[in-house]
Amino acid sequence: MPGLEDLYREIILDHYRSPRNRGTLETPPAHMAKGHNPLCGDEIQVYLIVGDGYVEDVKISGQGCSISQSSASMMSAAVKGKTVHEARRMIDAFRSMMSVHERAVAGNRIDHEEPDDYSDVKLGDLDALRGVVKFPVRIKCATLSWNTLTQALEEATA
Amino acid sequence: MSLDVARLKKDFPVLEREIDGKPLVYLDSANSSQKPQQVIDAMSRFMETSYGPVSRSAYQLAANATELFEGARQKVQRFINASKLEEVVFTKNATEALNTVIQSWGRANLHDGDAVVLTQMEHHANIVPWHILSAEKHLELRWVPLTDDGQLDLTHLDQLLDGAKAFSVTAMSNVLGTLTPIRLLTDAARAAGAISIVDGCQFVPHNVTDVQAMGADFFAFSSHKMCGPSGIGVLWGREQLLEAMPPFMGGGNMISDVRLDGFDVAELPAKFEAGTPPITEAIGLGAAIDYLDEVGMDNVRRHEMDIAGYTITMLKERFGDDITIYGPDNVEVRGATISFAFRGIHPHDISQVLDQTNVCVRAGHHCAKPLMRILDTPATTRASFYLYNDESDADALANALDGASDIFNF
Repeated sequence: MPGLEDLYREIILDHYRSPRNRGTLETPPAHMAKGHNPLCGDEIQVYLIVGDGYVEDVKISGQGCSISQSSASMMSAAVKGKTVHEARRMIDAFRSMMSVHERAVAGNRIDHEEPDDYSDVKLGDLDALRGVVKFPVRIKCATLSWNTLTQALEEATA
Repeated sequence: MSLDVARLKKDFPVLEREIDGKPLVYLDSANSSQKPQQVIDAMSRFMETSYGPVSRSAYQLAANATELFEGARQKVQRFINASKLEEVVFTKNATEALNTVIQSWGRANLHDGDAVVLTQMEHHANIVPWHILSAEKHLELRWVPLTDDGQLDLTHLDQLLDGAKAFSVTAMSNVLGTLTPIRLLTDAARAAGAISIVDGCQFVPHNVTDVQAMGADFFAFSSHKMCGPSGIGVLWGREQLLEAMPPFMGGGNMISDVRLDGFDVAELPAKFEAGTPPITEAIGLGAAIDYLDEVGMDNVRRHEMDIAGYTITMLKERFGDDITIYGPDNVEVRGATISFAFRGIHPHDISQVLDQTNVCVRAGHHCAKPLMRILDTPATTRASFYLYNDESDADALANALDGASDIFNF
């Protein structure tokens, strides 16, 4: 079994301890999307203001485990101020990082197909969540806020 | 201690398994219990030597398999003290047993606006089927509230039951470990003219069960929580109620005649056993009952009172205000299923850390989301003990919690 140090990296615990961009935004003008993990009851709300093609502001509320909360916190810091296009690239890059294990387990990795290249996307702190893929049960915790952000982005840019 | 746990542990081969060189500390029996060699052997032996279809073929092998299958039903009848064999219906699990009653009895006997009483500590299996029926029948669902220490608050029970048609209640909470005063509840239901449906899924594996003494009208439980295999459960119901109910599922075995224009139902219990039943699983359940009989259910209950008392006291002494144990402290009114909150650490993180030392607990809402809302938490960590657990398992839990403290030291 992989060691817990792969999962509970200091930077993750830091975001869990002191979550960034925590709170709510008035709707409207903000858009809000709710996500929940029916397995464990974790809930998250992502508030988003998009203007002029930019993520102007983002706030996170809800509750959950250290992985879901720190992932949400890092995500909010990463996408704030980015263009909508950059935010979407980041979502894809993060999902790609998280689904490595799922794909390998499902056995549907197609070797001859070039995987999407996200080397241009700077994940920064988020890279610390790479260890989560060694704990497949927790991947859903890490991706909860990202799925919810996708929803909020869709509504905000509809 | 009332049980020789060290000896019992040896009956469960999986408990000898090591993961990463460390032994298993299995504290998730309220979820599903482990299986003793006696059950594993009985099922293997049956498949090796005696397997055949039941209740439909004339050859010797099939007749013999039918005899063994029906023998398992007799074991269940005796184990729960049912007055008649026909009252013991095999289902897939307790969930299917509850759905059978709620769909079949409920459809036939409930009408628009009728009231049904439940409690706030029910498992989803005793809530969602009522919601499903309610979409059709517009039932008024009333809820018995809880006291601060996780028992039923019976202050207004008579008002809640007034005019109600059914009282559907657990005999033991799968989250809080609380044992409900079931005879008092079924008496109150009867006095109010309501039938009582008892979810015995958590109760049966850990207590002496006597459905007649309980005064219930229907009683549901699962094999897999009582050392038996998954895939089989039991619905017990009073004969005259089962007789009057329409069948739940249609198919083979549950008919006495089928014509192009209709069908006639079979006698009990076949009427509620459509299709090929879980045959080998019934043999396994019978073997589990033999095993539990030999240990003695009164011994199991005494042991679990001891281990619950030990664990609760030890955790409180060791962790003080850092731990909140849900449910009553008094082991007279609780089993050894112990849910807790620890130092504000999310249950997922706790179970993850505990897993490092192979301490298996459940983290989550335990299929009791209404109760989680009342406890004002999205999830709890639950350690549930059984006849193969002793103080060393409780101590391993506490040591592992120290590990969680080390990581989440803020």
